[in-house]
Amino acid sequence: MAVSVDEAVSTGPARDNPPPARRFGGRGRSVLEIALLTVLAVVMLFPVLWMIETSIKENRDVYAIPAKFFDFDVTMAHFRDVFVAPDGGRSALSVSFLNSVVVAGVSTVLATVLGVPAAWAYSRFGMKAKKDQLFFILSTRFMPPVVVVIPIFLMYRQVGLIDSKLGLILIYAAYNVPFTIWMMKGFVDEVPAEYEDAAMLDGYTRLQAFWKFTLPLLVPGIAATAVFALIFSWNEFVFAIFLTSSDDVRTAPPAIAGLIGGTTVDWGLVAAASVVFALPVLIFAYLVRKHLVAGVTLGAVRR
Amino acid sequence: MSDPVPLTTDDPGQVASATPPARGRSRRLGDRGLAVAFVSPALLLLLAMSVFPLLWALYLSFTDYSATRGGPANFVGFGNYTAILTSAQVHTRALTTLVYVVGAVSLQTVLGFAIAYLISRRTHGRGLLTTLFLVPMMLSPVVVGLFWRFMLDAQFGVINSMLGSVGLGQVEWLTRQRTALVSLIVVDTWQWTPFIMLIALAGLTAVPRYLYEAASIDRASEWFRFRTITLPLVWPLLLIAVLFRAIEAFRLFDLVYILTSGGPGVSTETLSFHVYKVAFLGFNTGTASAYGILMVLVVVVLTQLYLRYLNKLKEG
Repeated sequence: MAVSVDEAVSTGPARDNPPPARRFGGRGRSVLEIALLTVLAVVMLFPVLWMIETSIKENRDVYAIPAKFFDFDVTMAHFRDVFVAPDGGRSALSVSFLNSVVVAGVSTVLATVLGVPAAWAYSRFGMKAKKDQLFFILSTRFMPPVVVVIPIFLMYRQVGLIDSKLGLILIYAAYNVPFTIWMMKGFVDEVPAEYEDAAMLDGYTRLQAFWKFTLPLLVPGIAATAVFALIFSWNEFVFAIFLTSSDDVRTAPPAIAGLIGGTTVDWGLVAAASVVFALPVLIFAYLVRKHLVAGVTLGAVRR
Repeated sequence: MSDPVPLTTDDPGQVASATPPARGRSRRLGDRGLAVAFVSPALLLLLAMSVFPLLWALYLSFTDYSATRGGPANFVGFGNYTAILTSAQVHTRALTTLVYVVGAVSLQTVLGFAIAYLISRRTHGRGLLTTLFLVPMMLSPVVVGLFWRFMLDAQFGVINSMLGSVGLGQVEWLTRQRTALVSLIVVDTWQWTPFIMLIALAGLTAVPRYLYEAASIDRASEWFRFRTITLPLVWPLLLIAVLFRAIEAFRLFDLVYILTSGGPGVSTETLSFHVYKVAFLGFNTGTASAYGILMVLVVVVLTQLYLRYLNKLKEG
């Protein structure tokens, strides 16, 4: 029983599931099912469409009562405001987007560099209390962030990592390493160990065998895992808001959340910033759609 | 999860083996060295960023330390723990969290499974549908929270606008005690139904087709087929999804922070949000730490359950 989402997403002809019961008016039933699916899809997608619509509406249409669905004036002003400050310079939001790119990118590289070799070692070697080690690694991932952030806050204050990108990078890497190890272990398990044995019979060392033969086969898996780590770091909010305070360091989630601090909220700007922020994630998610099940369950459900 | 087969065939004990014993031994030592070298950096990072802070929190949980007051931490034994476990406030928060977790997770399980079932019966457009349904799950909780806050706004929110146009009254979604918790459950369900759907769909598509064919030869009814074939085969996987969601929902913080800030009053204040208030608004670091340790214990128990079912599933 394969549980990779390959099947879930592909539309291959061989994978048609339960044949619809054509015996009792299968057609009417099928129409009903399609109608139900359409309604559900519209309900699920409506908030996203409404966000996109709001981001291109003139302000007076944003606050129109009753809400305007179609006849509104289109403007790109909100998107300009996301990137350009009122005085013409770079806006605080655009700086925060850049910070997000740096923090999410570097922490992902770090988590990958630490996690992939560890996953390989856990997959290939017998180790003392291996199951306990793996459980310990997974459990760190499940700790409530708001609980961990208290001692991390105190620790960072001691060593001067408060309000620094490095601080965020380290905590995100630590948060992503368990995920990387668990997901990559699944990918490594699928590469036969015999490849390495054969390489070693040919005179390569174990390290060379890993580097030259196994690693290249793991590249698609590494890419998928890295994208998930990237999405986690990109969307993360709790650590970001408690461990940073200045505009130069702050990442996008707390910066966007900061837009609703005042008495009046510029919802057009919030919508535009949200759209800009969500775009990379949706693109990345599309790239790893085949690995979605493995990714969202830390690679645990995948055989 | 199976232990790896011994890879080195040259056992040093066998003198007759083709390779000299010394080489076998060195290779084995090399393997161990490599394993340590590959695993320890990751473990060191986790020790520094997870275990050490947690031990620190454990220590603080037995003291009356306050992050703003500074000064020395006085040892108070289990004082913080008994205070939390007997506090009526905490009991209310626990009940709120329970209502929220049970409400949200059961709602998204039913909905997610229903959507997955409907999609799995389609031959065409399955990939497109799946991808579309997955969008909410990928968004940041900040974006989701902000956007629902806008849509649920009592004055110009689109939800009330639509309710008004079909002749229903206006609801103050986020400013009334009962509806605020309902709103929280609805938003969480909106974001995470795709998660259950995705896993259920993976399970549904993996049910071998011949089982259905055999059943239809026996002229089994649709409902019978669903109850005796589909459900039992998808159930273990669905249970994993539910456990996973329960863990995530239990530690939910960001959505509460953005959507309601725990209000009105304390009607949407979950345990996670309460910890934050104790730690960062009240600055009772010691109490907050004890609180956090208790929450971690709950999560560890849930994780154990999660892993147990996972292992059962893998063996089965």
